[in-house]
Amino acid sequence: MNPGNTTRHGTAVPRADRPRTSPDHVVIIGYGMAGARLATELSAAPDVEVTVLGAEPHRAYNRILLSSVLAGKHAEGDITLTEAAGHGVKTRTGVTVTAIDRAARTVTLDGGEQLGYDHLVLATGSQAIVPPIPGLESPHPRVAAFRTLEDCRRILEAADGARTALVLGGGLLGLEAARGLAGRGLAVEVVHGVGHLMERQLDPGASAVLVRTLAEHGVAVHLASAAIGVSADADGVTLRLDGRNLRADLLVLSCGVRADTALARAAGLRVERGIVIDETLRTSDPRISAIGDCAQFGEVVGGLVAPAWEQAKVLAARLTGAEPAAVYEPSAPVTRLKASGIDLAAMGTLQADPSCEDVSFADPARGTYARLLIRGDRLAGAVMLGDNPNVGQVIQLFDRKGVVPRDRRALLLGRALGGAEAPVATTSPALMPDQATVCQCNTVTKGALVRCWRAGARTVDEVVARTRATTGCGSCKDAVDGIVGWLSSSDSVGVS
Amino acid sequence: MTPSAPPATAVTALPVLPSAREVETHCPYCALQCGMTLREQPDGRVEVAARDFPTNRGGLCQKGWTSAELLDHPERLTTPLVKGRPASWDEAYDYIVAGIERVQAAHGRDAVAVFGGGGLTNEKAYALGKFARTVLRTANIDYNGRFCMSSAAAAGNRAFGIDRGLPFPMADVAAADTLLLIGANVAETMPPFARYLTEQRGSGGAQIVVDPRATPTARAATLHLQPTPGTDLALALGLLHIVVAEGLTDAAYLAERTTGWDEVRRTAAGYWPARVERITGVPVADLEATARALATAERAIILTARGAEQHSKGVDTVTAFINLALALGLPGRPGSGYGCLTGQGNGQGGREHGQKNDQLPGYRKIDDPAARAHVAAVWGVDPDSLPGAGLSAYELLDALGQPGGPKAMLLFGSNPVVSAPRAGRITERLKSLDLLVVCDFVLSETAALADVVLPVAQWAEEDGTMTNLEGRVLRRRALRKPPPGTGTDLAVLAELASRLGQTGDGRSGAGGVRTPRFTADPYAVFEELRRATAGGVADYAGVTWERVDAEQGVFWPCPAADRAGTPRLFEAGFPTPDGRARMIAVEHRPVAEDIDAEYPLYLTTGRVLAQYQSGAQTRRIAALPGGPFVELHPDLAERLGLAEGDQVRVTSRRGELTAPARIVATIRPDTLFAPFHYSGAGRANTLTGDALDPISRMPEFKVCAVRIEPVTP
Repeated sequence: MNPGNTTRHGTAVPRADRPRTSPDHVVIIGYGMAGARLATELSAAPDVEVTVLGAEPHRAYNRILLSSVLAGKHAEGDITLTEAAGHGVKTRTGVTVTAIDRAARTVTLDGGEQLGYDHLVLATGSQAIVPPIPGLESPHPRVAAFRTLEDCRRILEAADGARTALVLGGGLLGLEAARGLAGRGLAVEVVHGVGHLMERQLDPGASAVLVRTLAEHGVAVHLASAAIGVSADADGVTLRLDGRNLRADLLVLSCGVRADTALARAAGLRVERGIVIDETLRTSDPRISAIGDCAQFGEVVGGLVAPAWEQAKVLAARLTGAEPAAVYEPSAPVTRLKASGIDLAAMGTLQADPSCEDVSFADPARGTYARLLIRGDRLAGAVMLGDNPNVGQVIQLFDRKGVVPRDRRALLLGRALGGAEAPVATTSPALMPDQATVCQCNTVTKGALVRCWRAGARTVDEVVARTRATTGCGSCKDAVDGIVGWLSSSDSVGVS
Repeated sequence: MTPSAPPATAVTALPVLPSAREVETHCPYCALQCGMTLREQPDGRVEVAARDFPTNRGGLCQKGWTSAELLDHPERLTTPLVKGRPASWDEAYDYIVAGIERVQAAHGRDAVAVFGGGGLTNEKAYALGKFARTVLRTANIDYNGRFCMSSAAAAGNRAFGIDRGLPFPMADVAAADTLLLIGANVAETMPPFARYLTEQRGSGGAQIVVDPRATPTARAATLHLQPTPGTDLALALGLLHIVVAEGLTDAAYLAERTTGWDEVRRTAAGYWPARVERITGVPVADLEATARALATAERAIILTARGAEQHSKGVDTVTAFINLALALGLPGRPGSGYGCLTGQGNGQGGREHGQKNDQLPGYRKIDDPAARAHVAAVWGVDPDSLPGAGLSAYELLDALGQPGGPKAMLLFGSNPVVSAPRAGRITERLKSLDLLVVCDFVLSETAALADVVLPVAQWAEEDGTMTNLEGRVLRRRALRKPPPGTGTDLAVLAELASRLGQTGDGRSGAGGVRTPRFTADPYAVFEELRRATAGGVADYAGVTWERVDAEQGVFWPCPAADRAGTPRLFEAGFPTPDGRARMIAVEHRPVAEDIDAEYPLYLTTGRVLAQYQSGAQTRRIAALPGGPFVELHPDLAERLGLAEGDQVRVTSRRGELTAPARIVATIRPDTLFAPFHYSGAGRANTLTGDALDPISRMPEFKVCAVRIEPVTP
């Protein structure tokens, strides 16, 4: 059934003799951002049949946007992802896979149904960690993790009519949740166990500015505060810290995630903190791959969308034969906090060493903090918080390992690219050099206007008629008026 | 023999007096078609004056001011050339006709190709298409507008069911509260248009310019977004994402006037601001500011130009900006909408009347049986005798002289040796032809390769109509007759038709085959064009030269002489089968040739103020400054040890260019810019690639991978 097999392996093997290793039926377990992306990538190939199995009852959504839903910016319906169905892709939602039989190459669904595969992809994602704190053993309507669309709905339900909220965990997601709830009018307190926020991405200086910015947006932060107990009742939640208690209407847990490896482990695949994969995205079974949050490549367990999508792209290229030799090469992540009034980008390392240039700018009163670590004219790491017009350029330089500008300030201050030239109209006529072009459209210099004056033109209209200045875009009209006025009032050049 | 034999139809109502020494016409160059008055002085010199026409409002740029200098230029061609030697018109025609007949006998009808131009009048564009389909009966006709307007045209057609550059008069631009310009450097390419931008800013409007370079247009804007070349599509999707995220869509409009929104919305969900920032390099804050400025404006206009369109994903990029405009409910709302800025003088009319490979007059599709029947009836031929769609411009040029490709070509109003992508290869293809015929008034680089060059009239020596970027049909008027020894494009076509066996009487010719009529009289051609376009998308049936004169131009569609033209489209609905605009989901994709270790810089190409297109005209005008150059950032210059004016060599996988360095802080450090007006060692199109848009067949002029090095003396 695979007539298009010719491009599968770009080797010199004659078509008919090629081993038929391209899978006809790919089963993807998990319909999150990684699984959905892979299905879409595979749908471009006409001869691969794809079945996606999703445990959640709804179509795939963009998890990145859950904090926008929490903030009330996106409606739930606005964050669903494009469906790959109709291109040889079958999507089944609300089904759970209970077992993998690697020898028979089948998966078993919760209803007992068995499904065969030629290649299996695990995109099972990750689960929110519920910390081992007394009082969190059993669920309570006023306490919710922040991970899934379902979590999001529960938080919003609890937040309805609430005035205060606690967020346990001052990482990226916790802060986005906090800002989102504050935007809905709740007074929010964030409790973080470490001495500064987002400690894996930020330095203490950036954290200090961020704490201040958060305060301006209705989010108070408690740093270096270990939670030792939770008690929830019908009226609210109490979070016990070492030495004091915080009370609010709801508690959001944002304490990190754990790769969902249960199926893989039960099937005997190699699992450490995640399902171990190589650069071809294969697990310890060559018939099974893993991508996204559940996968561990080297020491890194997933958790971000960009690498998950890159993995999906590489795996699709391999499975369809479009690029049979494609391999996954991880790129360094860029962390971007998206929340109203907070603009934060962090990337790479902020651990300075003597071989680094360490360039920084801080304006805490305006919520701006920027720091670059440069090694060998390349960015080793950066954090940019607040109004940094060049944040896009910094991210691209980091991403593409570009050479940083010789004047490092170009990245820290103002708009570095372009805009450097003062418009002619703002320059005083007397100070303008003769060769300065006043009218770009007709290439008329100040000198040409002066010569025209000296040749007898005495009004703006006469100067315009002779030089054609101002007749193009017209934006130099003020400048020409100014020069003629200056010539009229200046004896030194007003000779006839 | 001269081609200026009496036209078949008597000239009636021609408003040009034989003794005219002053005439109101329009500039020969860009699609703005600035109104100008030409005055012949007693010494024969022609003086140009700006005219207060609704488009240019009395403005002209230096190209327009100096345009008459080419009329009596010493390099003006006044005699046909055969194999580079002066020849009589008779000899030239004999050579051409023998060549065409030989090639057709040996290789079939499609072996003779026709290549037109977006600077030709409506009458010429129409006659050229008719000549190709009825006299040569070749499928292979296309034109240089493929390199210009094809992406915007394809996107406009698939979204709105119509392709008119601006669906509203230019004056609306000045009144917009928010204006978004993508890849448009009008301050240099059509300076008098910038008057509208100045006025728009002056009234407090937000003006946002998207360009990898801080061009004069971008520097004047209230906000400049400076994306990585080739990422405008991601930018558009990111803006749409924000519009959705912030609840700024026009839900009622989407429900009532569009189809396809759900899929478009889901696609946009994948382009959250931080992701788009990483792709484009445009900060999230600027993306948000742009989306909000568009969404909160009472009147908002989005305009694209070649910067967004000349890519292998140009159609999808324009589609993404149209989707953004539709999500905001702009098209058809007073003072709002999406438009594209047409480039060449008759870039609009030139794409409507049949010099495109897949098209018949009136923007009719050549594969539509009803369209074929209508046009064939006007032409007096059997519909089945009309060929189908031929090759698109680049594919056509690339096939010249190849097995199965054309062996002869007639070329009008174009200079592909300079203007085609991967120009080195295209030059070789042109050289491999058995017969190349070029009509021009100077010896352009392409004419220099021709077997036969026919000297033809210039704009001030001919009558006709042009359709400007607003879809306004304008009159080009002759100040004086073409110089002795020269002909006109229309006369050349009429004479060739006659010599190739057409009786020219519209009745039965040899063997009982009905043959079409050709005439050198542009008025008669336009009258026929009106009938041929009647009922088509671009309906000119109600447009007459007299109305154009009386009404300061007429906006098409204008289906009847007693009906007004249509300055604003889409007020009541879209010309699609269900009256709704079609939203089509598109995804960002990378450039065809990304940078790597060997070719670590992007090259983008474009125009400068004092030159026009391939420069065949403007480079010959002494008053216009010019010369090739390469723009690069000071940081890059320092790393290479380059100073201003140093010679640099820029190399791509296709060839190299040498030119002086121009060191400017207005360009991204990862990008070079070179103007494409020049030939020889400074030819930018030696470097550009031939990746084509899958729909429009637009080449990727605006980005390719290069390296740069100093030229060591």
